[in-house]
Amino acid sequence: MNAETQNSARDHTNNPAPDHTNDPAHDPGYNFAYLDEQTKRMIRRGLLKALAIPGYQVPFGSREMPLPYGWGTGGIQVTASVIGADDTLKVIDQGADDTTNAVSIRKFFRRVTGVKTTEKTAEATVIQTRHRIPEAPLREGQILVYQVPIPEPLRWLERRESESRKMHAYAEYGAMHVQLYESIARFGRITTTYDYPVKVADRYLMSPSPTPKFDNPKMHMNPAIQLFGAGREKRLYAVPPYTRVESLAFEDHPFEVQEWDDACALCGDDKSFLDEVVVDDAGTRMFMCSDSDHCRDRRAAGHRGGAEGAAAEALAAMTGGTDDGSNKDRAEDWAKDREAAQ
Amino acid sequence: MTDNPNDLKPGFADPIAGSQDAFRGLLAAMSYPGSIHRVHLPEGHPAPLSAATAAVLLTLTDGETPLWLDEQADQGAVRAYVAFHSGAPVVDDLATARFAAIAAPRTMPALDRFAPGDPAYPDRSATLILQIEDLEGGETVTLTGPGIETTRTVAPKGLPADFWAQWDRNRMLFPCGVDVILTTGDSLMALPRTVHAEQEG
Repeated sequence: MNAETQNSARDHTNNPAPDHTNDPAHDPGYNFAYLDEQTKRMIRRGLLKALAIPGYQVPFGSREMPLPYGWGTGGIQVTASVIGADDTLKVIDQGADDTTNAVSIRKFFRRVTGVKTTEKTAEATVIQTRHRIPEAPLREGQILVYQVPIPEPLRWLERRESESRKMHAYAEYGAMHVQLYESIARFGRITTTYDYPVKVADRYLMSPSPTPKFDNPKMHMNPAIQLFGAGREKRLYAVPPYTRVESLAFEDHPFEVQEWDDACALCGDDKSFLDEVVVDDAGTRMFMCSDSDHCRDRRAAGHRGGAEGAAAEALAAMTGGTDDGSNKDRAEDWAKDREAAQ
Repeated sequence: MTDNPNDLKPGFADPIAGSQDAFRGLLAAMSYPGSIHRVHLPEGHPAPLSAATAAVLLTLTDGETPLWLDEQADQGAVRAYVAFHSGAPVVDDLATARFAAIAAPRTMPALDRFAPGDPAYPDRSATLILQIEDLEGGETVTLTGPGIETTRTVAPKGLPADFWAQWDRNRMLFPCGVDVILTTGDSLMALPRTVHAEQEG
């Protein structure tokens, strides 16, 4: 049947699963993937319901995790519930693999699961993310796990959960349109730039987590499985593959994504999401890709941006990433490079 | 078939890795409705449950999930298996069940007798495991909806005669409604409530 071949999800054969207990990479002091089995089952049930009701927030019994709320406890619990020994995990924070949050979460999962980790989007089977969706297109079977701080898109309009729940139940989303309209009335345009509200499968209003609105179009009809976890707020939600995700807008004020006058100083890309970086005390600024893997891929393919010499090398080092988590002080490296160049 | 508790069948060889792998099969099935997945199977399964049905029960049910068994599935060996490996309370009232294992779907109760959740909490709905004759070779049905890029054709065999008419009514309840997992032997497919099904002809 073509449905099976069409599906690039892993082949679920009945081969004996690897024995994790003897895996030296997995700390035997913890259950595989840290969570106990009862908790995983609860989250797994919640995830299946979340997929069956796209965009609806499923309440779950979020657990204490060995890091504070705000550091991705929801995403970690989702990842811990789906990950298996033969997965390859990628973790990004603001698009980069080598920032503090990403490094510590990657280390955590390497310790409690022993899985392979990667910085390459194409190699990963599970990608946990904070604030970005990778530039490289995702494929069927890949799982994108979002860390979500505030899952409720109506929270700043209606503080009472009892009320916002009713608004979702009756698809009563006029207030959100009013808020966007007020923004147009005051500023002449919709000023929301991140966590831009979307409607999923023409029904639920959903917060895409604080991703830049630049990434909203990537959620639409994406072949991958998108799962969201909010630890402090105790909510799970999902966007199934090939699902309509529409950013709210008006006919005369259509949805638009950010654009830059510059291109990435390293790889020259003028299509990707750019970060602005101050490179010296004189306030010189440069733009570079927020997605470090995307930028490295392009440089490897021979693309070059405007930065030259020491500045280019320093910037490249900043996006280089060290997978062992031993993040050197890059600013120091860069200062040395600068001195050498002068 | 025997009610001898000594005949208790074993569960997953490695409960942690086994249920994780089986869950990923379910996750893929629920994400890509109508696609067929072979799942990680337990070492044993009690008649009349198929291996895939047993795998789903071991993966998703526990003491927090009331389980309803249809007359065919309600055997001593099945109850013993569920009690030992999952701990799910077997309930008589199907409206209170979060999961239902149905071994004879042709004569099963109507879908609308199971919990559809409520508009504020549509996740509090039942998941029905229908053990059918075959996932292929039945009447052809075209599926559309979230998880399906264009259309997907399925032909499950052994469903109730008016299943797709019932399914249409179930879909109308969205965001409420039941979700269905179809199993045969070592394979399964899922029909989340969002799926729109069109019969040929």
